[in-house]
Amino acid sequence: MAIIGNPKYAERIDHHLAKYETKRSAVMPLLFIAQEEYGWVNPEGISEVAQILNLDPTQVKSIAGFYTMYSEQPKGKYWLQVCTDLPCALKGADEFHAWLKEELGVEEGGTTKDGLFTVEHVMCLAACDKAPMLQCNFRYVENLDQDKMRELLAKWRLEAAQAANGRG
Amino acid sequence: MHILLRGRDIDNIKQLDVYEGHGGFVGMKKALAMTPAEVIDVVKASGLRGRGGAGFPTGVKWSFIPQHEPVKYVTVNADESETGTFKDREIMEENPYQLIEGSLICAYAIQAKAIYIYLRGEFWDIGDQLDECIEALRAKGYVGENIMGSGYDCEVYTHLGAGAYICGEESALLNSLEGYLGQPRVRPPFPAQKGGGLYKEATVVNNVETLANVPFILSEGADAFKAIGTEQSTGNKIYCVSGHVKRPDNYELPMGTTFRELLYDHAGGPLYEDRPFKAMLPSGGSGPIVPLTDEVLDTPMSYEDCANIGTIIGSASIIVMDETVDMTWVASKVTKFFAHESCGKCTPCREGTYWLDKVIDRILDGRGSPDDVKRIADVAENMAGTTLCALGDFAANPIIHTIRHFPDDFAQHVQT
Repeated sequence: MAIIGNPKYAERIDHHLAKYETKRSAVMPLLFIAQEEYGWVNPEGISEVAQILNLDPTQVKSIAGFYTMYSEQPKGKYWLQVCTDLPCALKGADEFHAWLKEELGVEEGGTTKDGLFTVEHVMCLAACDKAPMLQCNFRYVENLDQDKMRELLAKWRLEAAQAANGRG
Repeated sequence: MHILLRGRDIDNIKQLDVYEGHGGFVGMKKALAMTPAEVIDVVKASGLRGRGGAGFPTGVKWSFIPQHEPVKYVTVNADESETGTFKDREIMEENPYQLIEGSLICAYAIQAKAIYIYLRGEFWDIGDQLDECIEALRAKGYVGENIMGSGYDCEVYTHLGAGAYICGEESALLNSLEGYLGQPRVRPPFPAQKGGGLYKEATVVNNVETLANVPFILSEGADAFKAIGTEQSTGNKIYCVSGHVKRPDNYELPMGTTFRELLYDHAGGPLYEDRPFKAMLPSGGSGPIVPLTDEVLDTPMSYEDCANIGTIIGSASIIVMDETVDMTWVASKVTKFFAHESCGKCTPCREGTYWLDKVIDRILDGRGSPDDVKRIADVAENMAGTTLCALGDFAANPIIHTIRHFPDDFAQHVQT
C-alpha cells in the first residue's frame, strides 16, 4: 500500500498538516506514518512524504537519518532497544544486554534468523528508576531480569506464531 | 506536600473533573482576570526558576517577549532526555492537566497564539493522552477561541521528537519543530526575540516542571510559593534518584533539602549495606560529578549551595554510585552518551566527543598511558566554551571532574 491516498492515514495526515504554520514542520509526524506503513523508512515512504510536503526527497532523508527512532532498514517484528546508559548500567543493564544478545544469538543491531527480534542498545529512555529496561516497538518494558525476559520472549514467539497461523 | 506529583495523593487527577475538583484551573481563572503584565509580575515575585537545568528566572524570561509583536508562541520542552531524568514523564503521565494549565497561563501572559508541546518520541503514548486532554479542554471552552469567555484565543498542539538528546536544547528544539535538523542556532537573536523563536516569532521555551508550578503560583499566590525552599531557590523540586540506592524514584521536596535527607531518609541509603556511597552526578550526565563526602551530603539542594561544592543542581537527576564503581568507566559511559548525541554541527564537540570516547576506551582496555589521561583532560578543556550550545560544555564535564576528584581511578588503568 502507500500512505498517499490510504484512508487509514488520511485524517492523521490532514491533522498534522493543519497544526503547523509551515508544511515542512509536518515532516517528523509524516515520517512516523511512513514507518508505520512500511515497517521502516524506505525510499517509497521518503518520496511520498516529500511529495506531500513539496520537499526534495533528499531533504526528507536527511531528517530520517538524523533521528534514531526512524529506522532506515527493516527490523525484526519485535524491535528491542535496551537502555545501557549510566543509571541503567549501574543496575546491570550491560550484562542484561549482553545476555539478551546471546540468548537470541544475534550481534549488536542484528535480527534473529526467523525475523522476529532485533536487539540494540540505546541511550537514556527516562526510566532510570526501573532499570534494567527496554522498549519493544517503542513500548516500555521495565524492571527486567533474565527470567522475566525469557517469559516475554516466549509470549512474543507465541503471539507471532498465532498471527502467522491466523493468516495461513 | 506535593505541588507537582499530585497523582500520588489524588486518585484520577488525570480526569478533568477530578482535577477541577481539586483546585484545577483556579489559577487560570485568576490569571485571565488580570492583565498579562500582572501575571508576569506574580511569576517574577514567586522566584520560580527554570527546572530544565539552567535555573533562569521564569518570570524574567517571559518579560523578554516584546508585547507589541502580533504573533508569539509558547513551546513546552518535554524532550526529557538528560541521563537520569524521569520527572517530566511522571508529571505528564499522572497530572497532565496541570502542565496544560501552566502552559495556558504562560501563553496568556505573553499573549501567544499557540502552544506546542515538544515530547521526546518515546513518549508517544503521553502525547496521545495529552491530545485527549486538549480535546476535553476544547469541549469546555478552555482551549481554542475565547477561552473561558475572556476573549483570549490559544491553540495547544503536541509534537513528537524522534530520538535526539540535542532537541532538549531550546534552539535545536525549535529547528526540529520547524522540520529542520535538530541542531542549535547561532544566537542572537534569542528565542524570545523576533527572528529567534518558532517560525521567527518571539517564543518562550519552558520545561514541563517549570510550567507545572505555575497554576499553584497563580492560585495560591507568589508568597505561598516563596514560603517553600530557600531565598534564591523557591518552591519544590522533583529530584530523580537512580543508581545505587534502595528506593530509586522521583521525590518532590522543597528546594534546599539536603542531599543527605534525600539519599538516606527518602531513597533509603546505599543499595547494599556493605557498599557505601562513593560519588554522585547531581544533574545527570551533564553536571560536574562530586564525591559523596559528609560536606556534600550536608549541602542543601539549591542553585546557590550547589555552586559552593563545585557542581549544579540543574535538572536534579541524581545518579548515585557506590564504592565499587570505577570512575573511569563512568567517564566512558557519559562520554559515549555525548559522542552519540552530539549533533555534529560544531567541530570541537563532534570531533572532541569522538576522540575522547576512543581514548577512554583505550585507557579502560589497559592500553593507555599516563599521557592519555592528560590528553583527554586537555581535549575536554579545549571543547568547553567553544560550541554554539552547552552540549560541548556538558561533554567536557565528566572528563574534567572525574579526573579531578578521582585521579587514582584513572591511574590504576595506566600503570607504567
